[in-house]
Amino acid sequence: MYGKGRIIPALIIFLGLMTSPIWFKSGDASKMPKPEKPKDYTECVAPTAYMRTSHMVLLNQWRDDILRQDGARTGKTPNGTEYVRSLQNGCMKCHSDKKKFCDTCHNYTSVKPYCWDCHLQPKEAM
Amino acid sequence: MRILNPFIAVLALIAVALVAAQVPGGQALIGIILPYLAFALFLGGFAYRVLQWAKSPVPFRIPTTCGQANSLPWIKQNKIDCPSTKLGVIARMILEVFLFRSLFRNTKAEMHEGPKLVYGSSKFLWLFALLFHYCFLVIVLRHMRLFMDPVPGFVAALEFGDGFLQIGAPVFYQTDAIFLGAIAFLFLRRVMLSNIRYISLPADYFPLFLIFGIGLTGILMRYVFRADVVAIKQLTHGLTTFAPAIAAGQISPVFFIHVFLVCALLIYFPFSKLMHMAGIFMSPTRNMINNSRMVHHTNPWNDPNIKPHSYAHYEDEFREFMKDGGIPVDKE
Repeated sequence: MYGKGRIIPALIIFLGLMTSPIWFKSGDASKMPKPEKPKDYTECVAPTAYMRTSHMVLLNQWRDDILRQDGARTGKTPNGTEYVRSLQNGCMKCHSDKKKFCDTCHNYTSVKPYCWDCHLQPKEAM
Repeated sequence: MRILNPFIAVLALIAVALVAAQVPGGQALIGIILPYLAFALFLGGFAYRVLQWAKSPVPFRIPTTCGQANSLPWIKQNKIDCPSTKLGVIARMILEVFLFRSLFRNTKAEMHEGPKLVYGSSKFLWLFALLFHYCFLVIVLRHMRLFMDPVPGFVAALEFGDGFLQIGAPVFYQTDAIFLGAIAFLFLRRVMLSNIRYISLPADYFPLFLIFGIGLTGILMRYVFRADVVAIKQLTHGLTTFAPAIAAGQISPVFFIHVFLVCALLIYFPFSKLMHMAGIFMSPTRNMINNSRMVHHTNPWNDPNIKPHSYAHYEDEFREFMKDGGIPVDKE
């Protein structure tokens, strides 16, 4: 073998980098985020599966609809409960604790939504 | 055919993944067993190829010289394109690896009336290759958010920079669009230019289709058929901590197509031209010092028992025979 002194260390560095997520003290995989669900309400504006994957799309739709197209400020759940189409007055009415609800999953998956660039954060989350 | 076959191969891979994701046990196969297998094959195959290359002797200096070599003191040497020192080679390699300097020299040949053959500079290959590779790097590093917990700061910084246009929610990543655009360019270049099409093989098209498929499924998963990221991280983070678990029914089939194509890429990698990832560091035409005129290089497999045999010695040995044969000799 030729150039052993350079190739072997380089190869080891490469393999180390490639497997770094394994060496990285990577916590416990079973430690899943547990967003705190509201106690007084049982129904959300859309089914759970949809909310899990697409709540950000819904928020964007509300914003565009209300602020840019003068859309309705309230909506009705499938069961007929009226709600306010708003992050602070709607969502946060039930999911009142940002830290215990929004942040659990967002921190887990490294998502930093820009909601709070404009909206005021709830005091306890500051 | 050279284009169609690899395209069909990628479609077949997608179909296999789509079916397997619906079959009981198929999700565990694609989501857990296959990634481990593919990653092991990738690392093992990669190391094997590198060690095989390391076994090949390169006894003589064969750098491609792209400038004036070291010569008389009043002739200006091109220290990077024809390096005669270690430092020059390091500079050359850094520029090659990070900026693809040799692609910058890409030329195009055109036939004009006459017939006249005209060569010109063509920088698009360099530009799009650079965009493609750097976007790929950013995308791979961004994915580390799914494999590490807590997520390291540089990943968050990359995500912020990549999505700083703040278009839509989930926020739009610029690299996603540039990545697909660059692959599209690299593909069209092979199809549109007749001389490049002539030398393109299925092995050139297959990785392009495969990587395009990976990019496309990833983008679909983020913007169109949104996937449950928490459920996905439970699986991917489980893979790195050797405790994988699949949340039943929460992960969409697009994810499994994506993972299946990535595994196909990892398995294909060591056997293919994609090994240029390691090859670029081991190219003797790039990483050698051009010092043939300063240093004596001995062929390592020369038999030490065979001594140098100069012409004077040769003539001493065969003088009589040469004279008999009428061959002129230097010494009588």
